[in-house]
Amino acid sequence: MREITYRQALNEALAEELERDPNVFLMGEEVAEYHGAYKVSQGLLERFGPRRIIDTPISENGFAGLGIGAAMVGLRPIIEFMTFSFSLVAFDQVVNNAPNMFLMSGGQFNIPITFRGPNGPAHQLAATHSHATENFYASVPGLKVCAPATPRDAKGLLKTAVRDDNPVLVLEAELLYSSKGMVEPPDEELLIPLGKADVKREGSDVSVICYAQTVPLALKVAAQLEEEDISAEIVDLRSIKPLDEKTIFDSVAKTHRVVIVEQDHPFCGVGAEICYRIQKNIFDALDAPILRVSQEDVPMPYNERLEKSVLPNADKLFAAVKQVCYA
Amino acid sequence: MQPGEQRDEVEMLSLMLLIRRFEERASQQYQAQKIGGFCHLYIGQEAVVTGALAAVRDDDYVITAYRDHAHALARGTSADACMAELFGKETGCSRGLGGSMHFFDRKNHMYGGHAIVGAHVPLAVGMAFAIKYRDEDRVTLCFFGDGAINQGSFHEALNLAALYKLPIVFICENNLFAMGTSVKRSTSLKQIIDRAEGYDIPGEIVDGMNFREVRDKVAEIVDSIRKEAHPAFLEVRTYRYRGHSMSDPASYRTKQELEKYRLDDPITRLRAQLTREGKLTNEQFDMLDKRAKETVLAAVKFAEKSPQMPVEEVYDYVYFNGAKE
Repeated sequence: MREITYRQALNEALAEELERDPNVFLMGEEVAEYHGAYKVSQGLLERFGPRRIIDTPISENGFAGLGIGAAMVGLRPIIEFMTFSFSLVAFDQVVNNAPNMFLMSGGQFNIPITFRGPNGPAHQLAATHSHATENFYASVPGLKVCAPATPRDAKGLLKTAVRDDNPVLVLEAELLYSSKGMVEPPDEELLIPLGKADVKREGSDVSVICYAQTVPLALKVAAQLEEEDISAEIVDLRSIKPLDEKTIFDSVAKTHRVVIVEQDHPFCGVGAEICYRIQKNIFDALDAPILRVSQEDVPMPYNERLEKSVLPNADKLFAAVKQVCYA
Repeated sequence: MQPGEQRDEVEMLSLMLLIRRFEERASQQYQAQKIGGFCHLYIGQEAVVTGALAAVRDDDYVITAYRDHAHALARGTSADACMAELFGKETGCSRGLGGSMHFFDRKNHMYGGHAIVGAHVPLAVGMAFAIKYRDEDRVTLCFFGDGAINQGSFHEALNLAALYKLPIVFICENNLFAMGTSVKRSTSLKQIIDRAEGYDIPGEIVDGMNFREVRDKVAEIVDSIRKEAHPAFLEVRTYRYRGHSMSDPASYRTKQELEKYRLDDPITRLRAQLTREGKLTNEQFDMLDKRAKETVLAAVKFAEKSPQMPVEEVYDYVYFNGAKE
């Protein structure tokens, strides 16, 4: 194991998959000559050439659709959205074409495509550039959605996504690109299956269910809670869809209390679905109502203080945990 | 068919008759409520797809919009599989899961059947991208209507195709109406072909009621593309005799206009050309027409007696799990 950044981990995943399979190519805005807006594709143009690392015009609908068409005839595209906020311009392709094709064609055309890029609020990017899109996309049958929080998960999930025979969205996070973590050496194949959550910290009093940017937040709050003698178990979903119900239910059966901390909006958010599944399946295990910490139900303000106030944060999570623990 | 070889014109006339009779029968079955949802008929436009496909190889890629029955039939999908799809049966070309607007036939390189106007044009560019990526000499034929040319996806796709110099022919089936809105009321150009110029894509106009003209023009373009990959644009001027869909009485146009085009019928025209040249007798034509009608009637019977997919099986079509048929 060695310590690398989330950005480097993604870069390694891309390079390894490009190396392994000649049908894999990377396409998106400024992925080639500029090395990616967030430098995730650093060095790939030099290594794999312009045939496989392809710059596009600012035409998300066009190049997302191009990728889907290429996947229909056997290529395995990796389409980078500079941010998933821009994927909304390609919503028709991602929602109507990629996941519908397999059923609509009676099983003749599966679409092995990966859509990836940063998702969710970053820092003072205001309303149009701060979308957390996971709940939009997870509601669409035929799509798979993952949101890695650590360099190791980022690498393993992206590699798995590229090998999956269905459309997979890898929702990265701008604020995590420079974070560091331990990852297996490059000569060791690292594949993390979709649909497997990971308990990032064991605990006994409360299950904090989180993903992506809320994982480091939850881990930080867990340390604070320790000082108050509250032992929090941190369950990192890693995949939103498919959802690892078993790991969630096992944790809840142990702790009997749940807080879900998510980066999307509250109405029809990811946490709402998880709440439903917990109460439906293990209602008797619960000792308190489930609480959710999410963004507030407002478009993202630019003002820094206001932005902080509408995002999930440590204070909100700390208070929610205390509340479910009646502490 | 081999490159450069031209398909037998009598056979192509026979295909046009099959398409015409298939659509007439589909219309009837729709009214009898055997067919659900939307149903868009191609009657009047037959020379476009038969002409274009007569000029390409069987392994070239074909993709179109929702007025797609003819494209599947012309690609070699059986009338049985097409009619069964309309009936929603498991024996349909998309197993009854796609319906009228979503005909697919992988084996015959028919890539749909796409119902969001303009949304398949980027897909077509992706297929052409794959051809170039693999250094093949195939060509993608992307059919769409005049309504598609005002969608953003169309513009993005044309720019990408021109930028990457992809082997694709954009074939605009200009039947003068985007649903019920005439081109004059929807498009800020004197002629559709000018869209291509905006992307530095060579474009031409052909008479879509003339099989030979369509075929020869497509053959010329495809020949040029196979020599050196590039996109091309063809505006094919045609006319649909029926409304936009089965529910459209087409009250936005005059009877006189319709009659004018009917007199220029693509089947009548090719028949006359062949008869004049001594390649077809009236008896032969009647036989071809009889055969087309019989094929279509048999397809209705096939569709009627075909099973529906068992309800629980639909869940097998959400994610592909590797067991390719």
